[in-house]
Amino acid sequence: MVPVQILLGTHSLSTRKRRIGGGAAVLAAALAVGVGIPATAGAATGSVDLVAYSTPKPAFAALIAAFNATTAGKSVTFSQSFGPSGAQATAVVNGLPSDVLNFSLAPDMNKLVKAGIVSSKWSATPTEGMVTNSIVSFVVRKGNPKHITNWASLVKSGVQVITPNPFSSGSAKWNLMAAYGAQLNQGKTKAQATAYLTNLLKHTVAQPSSASTALQTFVSGEGDVLLDYEDDALYAQKKGEAVTIITPPQTILIQNPIAVSLKAVNPSAAKAFEAYLLSPAGQKIWGQQGYRPVLPKVAAQFKFPKPTTLFTIDSLGGWTKVNTVFFTPTTGVVATIEQGLGVSTASS
Amino acid sequence: MGRYGTEHAVTGRWRWPLRIAALTYLGFLVVIPVGSVFYRAFQHGFGAAWTAISSPDAVHALWLTFLVVLIAVPLDTVFGVGVALILSRHRFPGAWLLDAFVDLPLAVSPVVVGIALVLVYGKSGWWGNWLAARGIHVIFSLPGIVMASATVALPYVVREVLPVLQEIGTDQEQAATTLGASPFTTFRRITLPSIRRSLAYGVTLTTARVIGEFGAVAVVSGLVAGKTQTLTLFIQDGVENLNLVAAYAGAVVLALVALAVLAVVGADRREPTTERRKPRWRSPSDPSPSDSEVPLLSTT
Amino acid sequence: MSPPPVAEAQRLSISTATLAGAGASPRRRRRSVGRVVGPGLAVTYLSLLVVLPLAALVGKAFSGGWGSFWSAVSAPEAVAALKLTLLSSLAVAAFNGVAGLVIAWVLVRDEFRGKALINAVIDLPFALPTIVAGLTLLTLYGPNSPFHLNVGNAKWGILFALAFVTLPFSVRSVQPVLAELDRETEEAAASLGASSGRVLWRIILPGLAPAMLAGAGLAFARAVGEYGSVVLISGNVPFKTEVASSWIFSLSQSDELGAAAAVSVVLVLVALLVLLGIGLLRRRFDIPESV
Repeated sequence: MVPVQILLGTHSLSTRKRRIGGGAAVLAAALAVGVGIPATAGAATGSVDLVAYSTPKPAFAALIAAFNATTAGKSVTFSQSFGPSGAQATAVVNGLPSDVLNFSLAPDMNKLVKAGIVSSKWSATPTEGMVTNSIVSFVVRKGNPKHITNWASLVKSGVQVITPNPFSSGSAKWNLMAAYGAQLNQGKTKAQATAYLTNLLKHTVAQPSSASTALQTFVSGEGDVLLDYEDDALYAQKKGEAVTIITPPQTILIQNPIAVSLKAVNPSAAKAFEAYLLSPAGQKIWGQQGYRPVLPKVAAQFKFPKPTTLFTIDSLGGWTKVNTVFFTPTTGVVATIEQGLGVSTASS
Repeated sequence: MGRYGTEHAVTGRWRWPLRIAALTYLGFLVVIPVGSVFYRAFQHGFGAAWTAISSPDAVHALWLTFLVVLIAVPLDTVFGVGVALILSRHRFPGAWLLDAFVDLPLAVSPVVVGIALVLVYGKSGWWGNWLAARGIHVIFSLPGIVMASATVALPYVVREVLPVLQEIGTDQEQAATTLGASPFTTFRRITLPSIRRSLAYGVTLTTARVIGEFGAVAVVSGLVAGKTQTLTLFIQDGVENLNLVAAYAGAVVLALVALAVLAVVGADRREPTTERRKPRWRSPSDPSPSDSEVPLLSTT
Repeated sequence: MSPPPVAEAQRLSISTATLAGAGASPRRRRRSVGRVVGPGLAVTYLSLLVVLPLAALVGKAFSGGWGSFWSAVSAPEAVAALKLTLLSSLAVAAFNGVAGLVIAWVLVRDEFRGKALINAVIDLPFALPTIVAGLTLLTLYGPNSPFHLNVGNAKWGILFALAFVTLPFSVRSVQPVLAELDRETEEAAASLGASSGRVLWRIILPGLAPAMLAGAGLAFARAVGEYGSVVLISGNVPFKTEVASSWIFSLSQSDELGAAAAVSVVLVLVALLVLLGIGLLRRRFDIPESV
């Protein structure tokens, strides 16, 4: 594919523009050849297109290096794309070449089932189609000055909470369902759990658009506690941020799906890589990167904090139901709560 | 500078208040934030910043951004000058619509620009399949990135050049045409020199906007590291992965590129255009320029 | 209508030799061809980049019919976000219009050391990607502000961020026109005893008004669509500090592309109306071209 020449060639331009265009085309062609603008995806043998959400980029750097050191993965090259989980799924639907897919929550993978890119049986594996686990944690200032220990302390007077915006961030959905589910698991009724969500959102002083901007907002001095993935929080700590991670007594198990695309140009290499990610060796690297391995034997090697109660999204009805009930914009439970809060607190 | 020097024109006793107001505002709004970017890039030493910005991904991102600028900016410039000439020299039905449409890309949030481009040129878009069948891939490759960048920066050259063209009028050009000059000669010898400064600003703004664009490019590029990642996407990556030195170093590069463009087009150089400045066109029955300006003071 | 050719050419300092010997017909034909090709190309470019995508957006907005369009646009979040965005953008466009004039004035009419550096720095808010702008503003003017100037998580944060990204345009649209402004008139007026205020109001400002309005229009349009730099410092709380582009982004991420398109279309429409209004205002200041 030589997009630049084609683009410039199909236009009939005036002389001056053509002169400029022609010059630019020559230069662009030279640069394109030198710089390697993508040819048809996967044309080279042993090339795998990885499309994933944004958080595991450092983890994949380690995993790919280790995979290339194995006999199976010796001559496999990778092209990697990382971005917001939902947006990445949409891009794949719109034609982004992909072989191995890794998202932050199952609905994004299901989007691809609908588009015929992933098999509907993607979750029929020993690990339910998941490659990593994590939990929702509290991130507080180093030393925990406000003594945040559980969900109730989040809604104490004067405590300011930060969570990403649930309509633009998958991470925020995990956070809010963790809060909701924690209430149910403490014996509260659904109405009480919803009331807790209202209280929590009242204490939320910022709802940045993504988990990473939420972390930046927190680190810049805003708020007292940030709700975040545990693996993200661990990474932040590793990078030197002055934060303490508090594990709530009740929290949700975050499960991140993986699948090989039906349209993979190089299925054997893609499947080999997926297998490596799910192998004990690969899972051990995930663990070192802060993710909870899905293989119990490997998970046991790591000392991740054990919450008293760990529940899954399935216990709350599964993502399809939860998305409809809670996260439908303008009509869902969360939207209704925010509208109520907005009407009472909005100024002008 | 005229007979009365700058004092009267700068309204003498307002000079210092104006300076202080301007510099304070600029200081807090622009200088300090930009300075902060430079500071945070080099906070851990020049070495750290250099390492961050010389990784293969960073270098590729730089090349790709450079490529995009090389294509999108000339396109927008030629379009901009053309439309400014059309709007200032001709009256035709729908001129007001063209005028407004030029500004529209700005009002659309960059992410939506990207989404709209995908709606037209993407796989399931209006033309996506038709183009793909002919081997033209727009979305997730260079043409899409160029188009997204060109769209968000579309209005700047027009908006810079048009007011100046309207201000200086067409009398010089008309005279030249009457004397037999071709349109190109007229443009090159008369129009172009008089819009040189505003054109320079327009090109600088366009370039700055193109290199700084994130939202639209994020949607249409596919975010493939080392292949379709521009420098802004690389910077975003840095923020996502808490490699803030890389992010700020990238931002420093962008700022330096913008400064370099400004220096190259010489927007801050003194231009001789003031000597060629002409009063607005009026018919021969009007009095000479300096006589006709005075009555303005006593009219409404 | 025109003065004698030679004298005129001398006055225009164009060498007659350069212009002599031009035939009438080939030039006129080339000119009329140019008159069609030029606008034709401009319209094609505009269509490919703006009109078509905008049409696709409108198509998507109405893909569920008028009902879904209206419900998307009248949703409480959308209304709150649109109101916040439009009011903030108007305020910033107006304020930066004045600030831009003052800054352009100082840059054009004043001389002091370091002026070239200040002039160079003005474009930088454009060149910085919005995430960096947002981060920087948050660090400098958020809770950990070294100046104890905290506009984070408040509407002031939005205004600050919008002012940051639209300032280059407010300055650069006035600057070249100010530089080209005919000084003779001002000096003539001053020599006749007009006060500086009068000179400013009667002579300078009318000359600058089209450019200022153009700058304000663009600043407004940019502010309305701005997302990345605002979202960090504003706190992005729905009904309080969430701007329209953030709500649109949320809709697009929640698979409500039609609703996202609908709110975008409304935003564009309002911006279009404001721009048209400004265009009308500008025409009152334009001196009619005798074409």
